[in-house]
Amino acid sequence: MTSPTRLRRLLIANRGEIAARVIRTCSLLGIESVLAASEADLDSLPARLADRVVRLGPAAASASYLDPDAVVRAARLVGADAVHPGYGFLSENPSLARACAAAGIVFVGPTPESLEAVGDKLTARSHALTAGLPVVPGGEAADLAQARAVAEEVGYPLLVKAVGGGGGRGMKLVREPADLAHTLDLAVSEAAAAFGDPRVYLERYVSSGRHVEVQVLGDGSRAVALGDRDCSVQRRYQKLFEEAPAPLLSDRLRAEMADTALRLCAHLGYRGLGTVELLVDRERDTFYFLEMNARIQVEHPVTEMITGLDLVAEQLAVAEGLPLRIRQEDVVLTGHAVECRINAEDWAAGFRPSPGRIDRVVLPVGDGLRVDTHVQGGSVVPPYYDSLLAKLIVHGTDRADALARARAALDLLRIEGVTTTVPVHQALLADPEFSAGGVDTAFFERFLHTHQPDLVGAR
Amino acid sequence: MALTPDDVRDVLRVLDSSGLDELHLELADLTLTVRREGATGWTAEQQVLRAPVVEHTAAPVAAAEAGPAQADVREGLVAVHPPLLGTFYRAPQPGAPPFVDVGDDVTEDTVVGVVETMKMMTPVHAGVRGTVAEFRLGNGEFAEADSVLLLVKPASGGGVR
Repeated sequence: MTSPTRLRRLLIANRGEIAARVIRTCSLLGIESVLAASEADLDSLPARLADRVVRLGPAAASASYLDPDAVVRAARLVGADAVHPGYGFLSENPSLARACAAAGIVFVGPTPESLEAVGDKLTARSHALTAGLPVVPGGEAADLAQARAVAEEVGYPLLVKAVGGGGGRGMKLVREPADLAHTLDLAVSEAAAAFGDPRVYLERYVSSGRHVEVQVLGDGSRAVALGDRDCSVQRRYQKLFEEAPAPLLSDRLRAEMADTALRLCAHLGYRGLGTVELLVDRERDTFYFLEMNARIQVEHPVTEMITGLDLVAEQLAVAEGLPLRIRQEDVVLTGHAVECRINAEDWAAGFRPSPGRIDRVVLPVGDGLRVDTHVQGGSVVPPYYDSLLAKLIVHGTDRADALARARAALDLLRIEGVTTTVPVHQALLADPEFSAGGVDTAFFERFLHTHQPDLVGAR
Repeated sequence: MALTPDDVRDVLRVLDSSGLDELHLELADLTLTVRREGATGWTAEQQVLRAPVVEHTAAPVAAAEAGPAQADVREGLVAVHPPLLGTFYRAPQPGAPPFVDVGDDVTEDTVVGVVETMKMMTPVHAGVRGTVAEFRLGNGEFAEADSVLLLVKPASGGGVR
C-alpha cells in the first residue's frame, strides 16, 4: 500500500443534499471544500456553503455532472488532491476513477477493478457466486428439457426472464409444472421480438420480498459491517423511506447477512464505503444477494444515527490510505433511526415533478433530529436533476419511539413554494401495516391504492 | 458558514432553559430563527446569506433566446406546449424514430414527444386533430412551460380540445 496522503482540498463532483453533506464533514475536518457546480447550481445552498465553487459545465448533467473529463479538468484547475463523487452521476464510473488516478488525484471510492466487478448485475452475480454468496436460485433454459431440470431445483412458482430484459420487462410467471412448456414457448418468441434475443432463464419467484442492505466499510485488506437497513418502501424502484436496523429479523438471519456482505468484501479486497443489497424472502425466511453499491448511499444517515459514526469522515480516511479505525467489536448499534425522503413531487397528481422557487424552509430541530437538505428560502429547484429536497432523519430509543418522533417532526417541517411529498410520509406513518414493521416491496403500491383517493378528496 | 446541527442544538438548550419562545440571530453571513412550536417541538429557519465564491468563470453562456420567433404562431396553426417544463425529446429513446414528423397526421391523443423533468418522463399529446406543420424546438432542447414545441395545422372541423 502507498503511504497515506493527507487530504487538504477536496473537489465535490456532485450537487444537492449530498454535496452539502460532504461539505459539512470537510469543515469539521479542516479540509478545504471546492464544489464543482453546473450552471444551474452556481447559486445553490451547497455553493454558498462550500469554501470555493468551480464551474463544471452547462446545466444538462451529460455535459457537467456526468462528464468525467470536466470533473478531472475542474479538479486540476483548483489543485484539488481528491474528488468526492457523492452518489449517482459518476460515483460508480470506473473511467472517472481511472482518470483521477492518471492525474494523480485521489478518487474517494473503490478501485476501478472493484467498480467493474460490481458494475453490472451479471458480473456482480458471478463474483457473488465465486465468493459463496446466496443468489436467487435459477439457471438458463435453452430448451424444454433443460427448463424442466432447472425448474425441478428452483421450485414453483417461478419466473421465466428474458436475458435481454430488465427493470421489470420481459418476465413471465409460471405457477405450476403444467404451464411451463407453454409459457416457455411464449417467452422465447416474445423475447426474440422485443429484445432481439430469444434467450431466457428461469428464476425462483419471490412472492413477498424485503429490500434489506448491509453497510460495509473496507480499507482494502479488512472490512467491517456497520449494521443493516430496510428500504422496502419503494415506488417504481425508488426508495421513499428507510430505517436502521431492519425490523423484525431473526438474530440468525441478521448475522448471516453481515457475514455474507463481509465475504463479498473479502473476495473483492474492497476499499471504501459500500452497500450490499439483499432480497429477503419472507416466506422462506432466507435471503439472496441482489447487487452491491460501491459508493455512499442516500440513506447513510440512518446508519450514522445508530452507530454514532460520520461515514463521510471514514470514507475520506480510507481514501487517504489509512487503515480502518473501527474494529468489528467496536460497532455498537443504539436505538432505531428512520429517514423520510422529501421530494418535490405532487403525489395527488401521480407524483408529478414540482420544480421551482422555494419561498420558505422551516425545519424541526432537537435531540435525535437531523435534516439534510440543499434548499433554503429563495433557492430554485432546477428541473434538470432529481427531485430530492430534503431527508428527515429521526433517531429514537426504539422503532415505535422513532416513528412517533418522526410524526411530530413531519408536522413541523414546512417547505413552501413547491409541492412536496410530506403528506405521503404523514399518511405512511399513520398506516397500521407499516407501523407494525417488516413490510415487503409490494406494500407501497397497495398503500397508494387505498390511500390516494382519500388524499385527492382531501385537497 | 452555516451553523452545524450541534450549534443549533446548543442554541436550543439555552433557549429552552430561558423560557423564551423565539430567538432571532443575525450574523454577518447568516440569519437563524429558532421557535418554540407547541409543548415540546422546536423549529429553525436558517438563511445562508454568503454569496458563492465562483471561480474560473468562462464567458457567460448566452441564454437560449426564446424570443418572439419561437413563440410566434402563424394564423391557421395551433401551438403545442409542454405539459410542464423540461427537456424535450422527439423520440422514445436515443436512435429511435421520432414519435411524429412534419406532414404526419395527428389526433388529440397522439403522443408527439416527451418532456423529461427531474428524471421523470411526461408524454406530450398533440391536443388537436390535424397535420404536423413545423417543429419549433429540437430534440434535447429545454422547454419552458410556455415554449412552443411544434405547430399543427388543424383538420377542417377540428380544433383545440
